[in-house]
Parts: sequence; C-alpha cells; structure tokens
Amino acid sequence: MATFEHDNDGVVVIIGSGAGGGTLANELCQKGIDVVLLEAGKRHTIDDFVNDEWASFVQLAWLDRRTTSGSWRVARDFPGLPAWICKTVGGTTTHWAGASLRFQPHEFKVRTHYGEIAGANLLDWPIELADLEPYYDKAEDRMGTTRTHGIPGLPGNNNFRVLYTGAKRLGYKEVHTGRMSINSHPRHDRASCQQLGFCFQGCKTGAKWSTLYTEIPAAEATGRLDLRPECTALQIQHDESGKVTGVLYADKDGQQHVQKARVVCVAGNSIESPRLLLNSASAKYPDGLANSSGQVGRNYMRHTTGSVYATFDKPVHMFRGTTMAGIVQDEAHHDPSRGFVGGYELETLSLGLPFMAAFLDPGAWGRSFTRKMDQYANMAGLWIVGEDMPQETNRITLHPTEKDQFGLPIPNVHFDDHPNDIAMRSHAFRQSAALYDAAGAREIYEVPPYPSTHNLGTNRMSESPRDGVVNKWGQTHDIKNLFVSDGSVFTTGAAENPTLTIVALALRQADYIADQMGKKEI
Amino acid sequence: MSKRILDRRAFLRTAGQVAATVTVLAGTPTILASNGAWAMTLQATSAEDAAVLLRMVRLLYPHDHLGDLYYATVVEELDGKIAADAGLAQTVKEGIGQLHAALGVPFLQLSEGTQTEVLASLQASPFFQAVRGHTVVSLYNNKLVWPQFGYPGASYDQGGYILRGFQDAGWTLEPDAEASPPPYLG
Repeated sequence: MATFEHDNDGVVVIIGSGAGGGTLANELCQKGIDVVLLEAGKRHTIDDFVNDEWASFVQLAWLDRRTTSGSWRVARDFPGLPAWICKTVGGTTTHWAGASLRFQPHEFKVRTHYGEIAGANLLDWPIELADLEPYYDKAEDRMGTTRTHGIPGLPGNNNFRVLYTGAKRLGYKEVHTGRMSINSHPRHDRASCQQLGFCFQGCKTGAKWSTLYTEIPAAEATGRLDLRPECTALQIQHDESGKVTGVLYADKDGQQHVQKARVVCVAGNSIESPRLLLNSASAKYPDGLANSSGQVGRNYMRHTTGSVYATFDKPVHMFRGTTMAGIVQDEAHHDPSRGFVGGYELETLSLGLPFMAAFLDPGAWGRSFTRKMDQYANMAGLWIVGEDMPQETNRITLHPTEKDQFGLPIPNVHFDDHPNDIAMRSHAFRQSAALYDAAGAREIYEVPPYPSTHNLGTNRMSESPRDGVVNKWGQTHDIKNLFVSDGSVFTTGAAENPTLTIVALALRQADYIADQMGKKEI
Repeated sequence: MSKRILDRRAFLRTAGQVAATVTVLAGTPTILASNGAWAMTLQATSAEDAAVLLRMVRLLYPHDHLGDLYYATVVEELDGKIAADAGLAQTVKEGIGQLHAALGVPFLQLSEGTQTEVLASLQASPFFQAVRGHTVVSLYNNKLVWPQFGYPGASYDQGGYILRGFQDAGWTLEPDAEASPPPYLG
C-alpha cells in the first residue's frame, strides 16, 4: 500500500477498480509502475457480504440516479435503474456470475461476416482473436477459469440437471457446467466453491474471482498502489497541448482534490466512462474528451437477453448452488438461416424469492402472478445472452436538467431493440421453451430483460479515428495519454459474457502502457 | 401517534416458530388465524385506512396460504414510509379515497372480484404504483414468508449446499462426468 502526493505527476491514475481497472492496476504495479486507483464505492471485505438479495443490492449496487429512455422494456419496468452494476471496490466483479468465455474468431470481424445490417453501426474490431489469445490464456490462469489450465469443471446443481435433461433430449451437444472463474478446487489461495447459491451477492467463500480479493491486494503488496475508495472522479483535466494532466475528484467527505497524472485510464463501466468524458468538456474539447469522432456514448450495447423459467412436477430448488451452473452453446454460432445474425448462449440462472418477485413479470399482480410464485420450489431457469447490434442512437447522454450531488449532469441511457435483437430473443425464447418442454415442464414463462449487467460499446475501439474513440490498445485516438480500460471499448458485443475479454484487454493494455512509458511516448 | 394495540413483536416471534415448524410438512398450507391478535403498530395511518390497505396488499399479491399477519407487516412498513414522506402520505390518502369513490360503496364492503376490478381500474395511478411497488418488495422480502415458498434464504451459515442436496433432483437425467464433474470435497 502506497500513498502518493496529489501533485505527483508521475503516476498512472485509473478510475474504477472492477474487471478492467482492478486488473490493469495490478498488472502495472507488477511492472513497477506507480498507480493511484480511484474508486467511487466503499471497500468491503468478504466478511461484509450478505446472503440476502435486497440487503446485498443496497450494499453493492450503483444506485446513483440515472434516467432511461427508448422502447426497451427496462425503461418501463425500471426507469431509474438501467443497469445492475456495482459501486464498490472490485466493481461488478463482486456481483458477476463468473462465466468466462472467449469470443469466437468471427466475432471480432462481424462487419465482414454479417455484411451491412440496416440500422446497425457494425464495425470490425481492429484486432483479431490471435491478438488476444495469449492474454485470454493469461486471464484464465489468473482468474482460475474452469476447463482451462487443467482446472476441472464445476459440479452441476439441480438447475443444471434440468437444463442438461432438456438440452440432451432436444439434441443439443454442447452442454456442460461452463467455463467459470469459480474455483472447482482450491487454487491460488482461494477456496473451492461450496455451492452457496449467492454468487450475485458477493462470494462469501472467495471461490469466485473478484479483483477485490485477488488483483487489488496483489497490487498493494507491490507497494505501488494507492487505492482511494469512496473517491468519485468528476473531471479529467488537460493542458494547452491537449494532453491530460490529472483528475478532479471528490473524496468521501465531499472535499475536492486534483490528482496529477502522467497517464489516465478510465474504467468506470459503459455508463460512467462516457459520462466522465462528456462531463470533462472544455474550451479545447467542447464535445467532451476524446470525442472528435462523435462516438463517445454511442453504440451502447447490453446483449440481447431474456430469461425463461419453467415449473415442474417435482422440486428443483434451483437456488441451491452456483447461480450460473451450466451452459448450452449450440446456438452461439453465426447462422443467418435462423433469421438473424450472430448467436446466443443459454446459461442457467436462479433468483431467490425476493428477486424472483421483482423480476419474474415486473409490474404484474394478482392471482395469475402469485400462482407462479407459489411454484418457486419447482422452478428451473436460464438466461439468454446473445450478440446485440450496435446502433448510433443507443447511447449515454448527459441529462439536460438533472444534476448529481456534485452538480454534474446525470446520465440518461437510451436503448431501442434492433429487429435483429428481437428476432434473436424470440428464437432463444422458443428454443428455451422447447428445451424445458423436453425436460417435462408444466408451465414455461418468458421473462423480459433485467436491468443491464453487460454494458458495452460506448467508447468503441476502431482502426480509424473517424469511427470510434480508442485504438486497438484502448488508447484514445485524440489524446495519447488517455486510455479506456473497460467494456465500453468493445467494438461489437459477441455472444459471450464480457468479463474475460475485459480482463484480457486490460492485461494487453498494461503491456502497451508500460512499453510506451518506457519509450517516453507517454 | 402510535396506535399499538397488542404486542405484535412477541406474536411475530411465535409466528416465526410456527412457520419454521411447517417447513417439514411439505405441501401443508399454513393458515395463521387472522383474529386481529397481530394488530399493526401505526405511526401515520388511521386504523380505517390501514384496514383498506391491508385488503389492497393481499389482493395485489394473494397467497391463500399466507395469514394476514404477513400482509400486516407490509402495511406497517408502508406506514413507516408514509410517516417519513408527506408526498406519499397525500398520494395514499387520495388513493384510498378513490378506492371508496370508484363505485360509490366503501371498498371493504365489495366482493373480492369487485375489489380487484376497482384496483385494476386504478392501475396507472401513482397510488397504485406506489403501493404495488412497495408490496412486491416488502412481502417477498419478509424472511418469515420464505419457508412457505420453499426458499430458505442464507446458506453460508450452513456451509452452502455442497453436502445438502444441490444435486438431488433424481428425476432428471444423470449428466456424464465430462459435462458435470464430481464435487471436490477436500
């Protein structure tokens, strides 16, 4: 643990301590680089986590005011909660399910493979799978991803067994307990999974990888990390040449400070990162930092999602054990004969009784609803996660009138489904219903998307500075010493859960930043 | 203005034991006598209005196996919010007026079906949305109702489910070991 002076302009300042920022911080520290890590949330420990859905939500979730617009159902069901992500040291790695899947090769080049799709702002990534493979490998080793590096898969729980039964009877081939960054055996000083069933509430055994108790303490052990919890970044500052010079932030008492910096890396998730760039507008950069393309905040993606829950004659007790306990990958490929481009994964999901009531059919009431709830013990469930289409008009903007406690505009999240998203969701609902029907379901419920957990694309990576915000290293096209280090750099979303790719990109970015600092390029 | 009638807390403790006992009798509905012995502790709502709200929250999320005790907790928590929020107090007061005025007959005199129709006619109102939004969280977040849905809540204090039936759905296909390797038990 280090303490750096506010006027120390040799440090790298990273904003956000989740999958991207937490990993980047550790990797830079390991390379001998001094890092100030600003985190808006509190520092909790594993002991603080609670096996209680609403209490945990209040403890970990980002609850600062946000608004929504657009035709997506989240805007109607949860108008003030577009995203279910976290404000805490470790960010959303405290809450994530643990699924760690590599992109498929074509998913880095979808403009090439899918062609032009009306209304979609498709673009190829400026990197390909081969560029990321060594970093995927390193990330999987760091995170302890099952079914890689000789790590066995997790044992499947009842919810998995139901999924497996339906999938096999339906003829699906690729069905197993997934690639999960949850220890199936003790590894890297972390315990093995005890099947608590509260993955989303912060893993109380530490079996699930989170930067909170892996990357961050490892970085602190180098003596090069100055972690500042409860410190909210307000503005990134720059000099006359346009280079960034530091970050204005508010500490837990509301005191404002400027931390000088040699390099600034933004890793605040796909809502807060573009918001910070936009809120940092200046006379030199009137449209916000790194926004010469006009793409900051645009192309917001959230994955095509939805859930299917089914009830059975006999008990399932889906809440017992790993929340995301299994996967069907047969629909993850690109096969336009299904009526849409891209693919989707089916992954088991369970909710406890309190969250099931909130999410099963938001807004519903009366006996038709309570009859479903009465079958809770006999319910199995899965979550659809598929590639959605980037659209320029799906975007994070600054609210025209509403301000936060620091006087800065709050973000609005606008989203409309693309017809491809709707076609994919419908296909996935049908296939999931067929799967559970094959397993003997009594009733099957299509459940609309939850507030977004996968928030992507709002500072996208592009070959040309005209098309996106950052280059293939996550370095902004406009400002050499300003980087973006989270899922907002995704050019397109792919079908896979994003965390592994965020971590791999952060590890790759760390190599580049260290190289460029060594060469005095930044 | 506290209108405590009986010691509801003491009753709740007993009720908790009842609910816990009932979990071992699978499928047996628990009906706790709604004899008024649980009477609510109210800070801001009149007893008359609380009775209307009690009826309303049951109609919103009706479970015949849940006694009024659990719905009373929902109303009591709503009353706490009303006491702290003048805007909400006004919304609820007006809303209750609408329930009575809808058909010109006091709400509690209507049949269940008619009451449900009245509620449906007010679905878009801020009153309905406020009470519904509160109820869907408050009712299902009450640990005392969980056992009656087969949901046990926290598992950490019991060592999770690795030795407690996480793979016991024997009516499903047996996954092969490649798809689902055996658990690590140390």
